[in-house]
Amino acid sequence: MQTHIFDVIIVGAGGAGMRAALESGTRARTAVLTKLYPTRSHTGAAQGGMCAALANVEEDNWEWHTFDTIKGGDYLVDQDAAEVMCKEAIDAVLDLEKMGLPFNRTPEGRIDQRRFGGHTRNHGEAAVRRSCYAADRTGHMILQTLYQSCIKAGIEFYNEFYVLDLILNEESGEPVTAGVVAYELATGEIHIFRAKSVIFASGGFGKVFKTTSNAHTLTGDGVGIVWRKGLPLEDMEFYQFHPTGLAGLGVLLTEGARGEGGILRNASGERFMERYAPTIKDLAPRDMVARAMVQEVREGRGAGPNKDYVYLDLTHLPKEQIESKLPDITEFARTYLGVDPVTELVPVFPTAHYAMGGIPTDIDTRVLRDNDHAVPGLYAAGECACVSVHGANRLGTNSLLDINVFGKRAGIAAAEYANSTELVELPADPQMSTISLVEGLRSGTGTERAINIRRAMQETMDMNAQVYRTEATLKEALGDLQELKRRYLNVSVQDKGVRYNTDLLEAIELGFLLDLAEVLVVSALERKETRGGHAREDYPVRDDVNFMRHTMAYREVSAHGEEIVRLDYKPVNVTRYQPMERKY
Amino acid sequence: MTAVIEVPVIDIPVATDVTFRVRRYLPEIDEEPHWEDYTVALFPTDRVLTALEKIKGDIDGTLTFRRSCGHGICGSDAMRINGRNRLACKTLVKDLDIKKPITVEAIKGLPLEKDLVVDMDPFFAAYRAVMPFLLPEGHEPTKERLQSAEERARFDDTTKCILCACCTTSCPVYWTDGAYFGPAAIVAAHRFIFDSRDAGAEQRLEILNEKEGVWRCRTTFNCTDACPRGIEVTKAIQEVKQALIFRRV
Repeated sequence: MQTHIFDVIIVGAGGAGMRAALESGTRARTAVLTKLYPTRSHTGAAQGGMCAALANVEEDNWEWHTFDTIKGGDYLVDQDAAEVMCKEAIDAVLDLEKMGLPFNRTPEGRIDQRRFGGHTRNHGEAAVRRSCYAADRTGHMILQTLYQSCIKAGIEFYNEFYVLDLILNEESGEPVTAGVVAYELATGEIHIFRAKSVIFASGGFGKVFKTTSNAHTLTGDGVGIVWRKGLPLEDMEFYQFHPTGLAGLGVLLTEGARGEGGILRNASGERFMERYAPTIKDLAPRDMVARAMVQEVREGRGAGPNKDYVYLDLTHLPKEQIESKLPDITEFARTYLGVDPVTELVPVFPTAHYAMGGIPTDIDTRVLRDNDHAVPGLYAAGECACVSVHGANRLGTNSLLDINVFGKRAGIAAAEYANSTELVELPADPQMSTISLVEGLRSGTGTERAINIRRAMQETMDMNAQVYRTEATLKEALGDLQELKRRYLNVSVQDKGVRYNTDLLEAIELGFLLDLAEVLVVSALERKETRGGHAREDYPVRDDVNFMRHTMAYREVSAHGEEIVRLDYKPVNVTRYQPMERKY
Repeated sequence: MTAVIEVPVIDIPVATDVTFRVRRYLPEIDEEPHWEDYTVALFPTDRVLTALEKIKGDIDGTLTFRRSCGHGICGSDAMRINGRNRLACKTLVKDLDIKKPITVEAIKGLPLEKDLVVDMDPFFAAYRAVMPFLLPEGHEPTKERLQSAEERARFDDTTKCILCACCTTSCPVYWTDGAYFGPAAIVAAHRFIFDSRDAGAEQRLEILNEKEGVWRCRTTFNCTDACPRGIEVTKAIQEVKQALIFRRV
């Protein structure tokens, strides 16, 4: 076992982690730990753009962006956080340009901007061109540019180091951050990283679902680690289903396709969004579009042999525009479905895409241990965190914005804290629970294979906790998950080796996924209303009297050793926008 | 925009047994790599990555490979499939001849660690060595630097690189001389040398003018054929060579 000492440890090398590293690395001794290589992170899969009210192509301002974000989030957004994000968005885009990001340009040579779902002029009048983009690979360019800037800045990376535990100690009876425990994939060795500050920037957990735009590696490890430490998770019931996944595959096709003029059509070719959102139609927020698509299929207007998808129609757009503004998704459709978007309709259906909920933080990215208190030295940013700037439904492009704004804030806050404090002593044997987790799976003789449990979990989540939910379906999912958690105790791996043991890694990841799926479902059961991405058919309207509040879930262990999900609530921070009916 | 248009009819595909011949190497057990066959049922539209996931999940959990995004943008699953470098997640069963076993092996030229996993560190070290970051000159502007659409288009192709190493590990020069920077690093240099906002071309060209630099390229076009992003890699290398000869970008 090796022990390392740093001021700041960043867990995850996607957009939030590397943006944090660029700030922290100049202020304090910093290392970034990633279970992949930095350029493999899923920020690279983001396509359509990053919104900021630059007003390069038409009138715009950050207050309109703030309003859209709050309304898009169905008023569950913490409004002070949304103000921070939308105000700092402008500098966040300019920072990236200065680092070299190759944005598309206007004829005047400025950063070009295009329309995106839910982003409007003057509080909903019409769609506005706010999204700054680099073709349909904006996330790829952000990831590359941040990695390149990290190379320039000499940031230290530990690649293929899988963080498995957070080390907390106690001072005056309260938890304080002492470091993390990591498993080195190449050798199987356990490492302790002592640090004054730890930033989780470890991404989402889309793999709880079967149909998802998420990478295989998006297994919620960071969120799961925090959960197992007894710290709360916020708004876990709010999961976004992106309307346009390639049907049957879930591969993402950017909302930018509709921003460029693409139209959704049902089996009879009808532009059905005209009925659901008469003003902005296909550019309504994702939760509304996803529900409309499912509704079309349920009512028999789905396309294809099983009538189980709808179409994205780009055929009326000039070939030149499609190939220059949307080259990657054009290629995805051609490669995976053999469909050419220039001349043919593309089969699409909602795909699990983004966790609005996660590790609760304040606007300085400090991780909360309850409604009012932060854990000293612990930070979170990006999809794993819940600030909450996305509320009940994230607007398109606001995730690339979130990682840049709050990644930067996390890097500054973590480094400044580290520079103001001493290293916390390690508790006794901080590596023990990690060793027993790893060795339990590796040397176990259980008869269960992780893949079978993972498949069953993903099936029940897709069936019962997806776009539409009811008490009955959620109870079904909960029963299934509890049974799967029991079976998980009997999992063992076939690969008994220490080097690059991905069999072991996947079994560990499954454990985190099962925990998070359960928190999601329990939180969803208790939210008896429909708000944003959480649509309850048995409670079809928003209930501001009883549910205008964040869910805070806590892990507790009963006297019999049983794990229990206990729910509590936190008020929404409202500054200037009172809840209104959400129409588009 | 008319509200109603014609829609197509699509057939339902069927699953077929497909055999994969995988070059296995478990460093803690095997002295030498060896080939093993696995047969799994797949749809024509399934990816080779789907097959590997099935083999690992249902037949042999020790089979080891890297993968992440699953749709060709993270660059984790570069491997040699039927002797050609490709991404497993971007290679579909219908595009392969399934009458004989499909061979799958690790990419060549980097140290083999286990099964389909190689040590990527030398590859990323070469990338870092060409200074793959913007080196602007003059004062930092308060707003964005201006760049015309034409200037932006000049280096568009090489911004697509996902660092999967398909190109570098398909290069015969790289196989025999691992000190050669390799195509991917030169692509990264190209992306900045031809960016109108950058002033570091001279420094990068000096690096690429060295013994292990751009002159080792023998224009075999393997790299261009291998690139899963459709980058004209050889052309980019030629442009860097010309910039060196004429010292002008």
